[in-house]
Amino acid sequence: NVDSFKCVGCRSFSALAELPDTHQILRQTCRDFADRELTPIAGRLDREHAFPLKQVQELGAMGVMAMEVPEELGGAGMDYLAYSLAVEEISRGCASTGCVVSVNNSLYIGPVLKFGTEEQKTEWITPFTTGEKVGCFALSEPGNGSDAGAASTVARQEGDEWVLNGTKAWITNSWDAAATVVFATTDKKLKHKGISAFLIPMPHPGLSLGKKEDKLGIKATSTANIILEDCRVPLGNMLGPRGAGFKIAMQTLDSGRIGIAAQALGIAQASLDCAADYAHKRIAFGAPIGKLQAVQFKLADMNVAVESARLLTWKAALLRDSKKPFTKVKISLDALVVLFASLWFLCVRLPDKKVSFIYLCVFSTFL
Amino acid sequence: MHFWARTVNIFSTFHLKTWSRSACQCHNQIRVKPDNSSVVTDGVKHSMNPFCEIAVEEAVKLKEKKLIKEVVAVSCGPQQAQETIRTALAMGADRGIHVEVSGKDYETLGPLQVSKIMAALAKKEEAQLVILGKQAIDDDCNQTGQMTAALLDWPQGTFASEVAFDGDKIKVVREIDGGLETIMISSPAVITADLRLNTPRYATLPNIMKAKKKKIANVKPADLGVDLTSRLEVLRVDEPPQREAGVKVETVDDLVSKLKDAGRL
Repeated sequence: NVDSFKCVGCRSFSALAELPDTHQILRQTCRDFADRELTPIAGRLDREHAFPLKQVQELGAMGVMAMEVPEELGGAGMDYLAYSLAVEEISRGCASTGCVVSVNNSLYIGPVLKFGTEEQKTEWITPFTTGEKVGCFALSEPGNGSDAGAASTVARQEGDEWVLNGTKAWITNSWDAAATVVFATTDKKLKHKGISAFLIPMPHPGLSLGKKEDKLGIKATSTANIILEDCRVPLGNMLGPRGAGFKIAMQTLDSGRIGIAAQALGIAQASLDCAADYAHKRIAFGAPIGKLQAVQFKLADMNVAVESARLLTWKAALLRDSKKPFTKVKISLDALVVLFASLWFLCVRLPDKKVSFIYLCVFSTFL
Repeated sequence: MHFWARTVNIFSTFHLKTWSRSACQCHNQIRVKPDNSSVVTDGVKHSMNPFCEIAVEEAVKLKEKKLIKEVVAVSCGPQQAQETIRTALAMGADRGIHVEVSGKDYETLGPLQVSKIMAALAKKEEAQLVILGKQAIDDDCNQTGQMTAALLDWPQGTFASEVAFDGDKIKVVREIDGGLETIMISSPAVITADLRLNTPRYATLPNIMKAKKKKIANVKPADLGVDLTSRLEVLRVDEPPQREAGVKVETVDDLVSKLKDAGRL
């Protein structure tokens, strides 16, 4: 079982030496939290599809659920590098919890922080900083994911209300969220410039949830459809200017990708540590298999890949923090995210550790 | 196996000083140096001794209850000791003192030298309470607290699982072999923290940021008039003997006679 291994990757911690003091302490704090509070329960959360409510509340108390939010709004007031470190360490302990942290920070709070009015920030961010409430991000639809400009969910104005109709799909945290950012077409003729963003509390009349998807992983947080049927919200619930929805979505996802990459890093590191530990212990042909060069090569290759991905993630975070463009770096991150997500799937899903290890080695040959 | 390096103690006035020790993290493979002089510490990650974390937590809790005014975190050691002090600051200590000890002095730094430093600092800072972890998890000495109290001629409440202020006295519940012992001691006093005293908090992110601005003073042992010469000489460090295969016997009589042969009975 993945949740019972011990960390042996001490050498990979050498990167800690280059980070500023505060970031090192933050990283260590999150690592301690993950080791003590998350790793022991990760397997159970996964099996039972149980949302880690207590742990999310504890993380909220630490400030991890709203890392970039300024202190006056209830957040931790830290930078994106700190956020990536925190998400990586949390994900190392439990990937689902890392996902909840990442979605709340980047995808829900992110757009409100950047595009919201002061009243919207107080109403829609502050209660979501403590871990008591989490938010979600509803962009994808059954008919479109990558082609976000083709949103078929519509919003029409009726008096002093917006009325939304449509279905959003694959929404992470949906069943556990207290609010969502929804993207809907307000002016079809303007195509992707006719999409706007809306804030909707959950539960809310006219908003219902589809069945929870039975996923291959990240099972402790829900993924489901959000169905809007004449869902009415006040005019003040529009986020940003009318027609700015597509821009808001794309910018949010740019930052969100750094969070997802950090998640994938945490998972990859945990997988690597698990594999290395197994290599030390599994005896075959009279010696631990870690003594065989072929196994050593694979572990070394994986280590290089994880370190490179980590530095790429940090670079993206640092560029974002200094307000420089980071889209190109982000694209490389996308590829890495997919890579590591698959890696994790192989390691966690397979009940037999031996088989897991074999797949890990096989997978590493693709790097 | 654990190896822990020396860390910080926290004093408090009504002023609390806590001494926290940094130590190697668990999960490290510990190796003995080729010359059998000590264990290898290069490249081994150190972090705060768990009993010291408990001591810091107790200090911060007392301050939150407004029973003490200021928490000062102290550590003796090389540059890295500052990291441990910062962690204590992030948990809520007000300021830090780093007593710089490095090189050969650091290798021979033991409980007696540390207690001398602690005693000198407690007097200088006019501390009313000194809280330490009961022992470090690398050398398991369990001496620093007791020696500090002796040098200061202060009462001590060691292996504390509960600390409460009762008028001008301090009630300490101690975990002892026979069970729990409750004592009343007057301040100023030295207390050492045991496992069940509390559960240390995780530093919150805003506190980690604030810790950056808190002051850490640098002090040398010579400034405190402390002589670091060790009275102990480590002759040799060896790994525990490799576990050998056991022997199976058929009857209890065989077992008894084998034990007698081996000189165990």
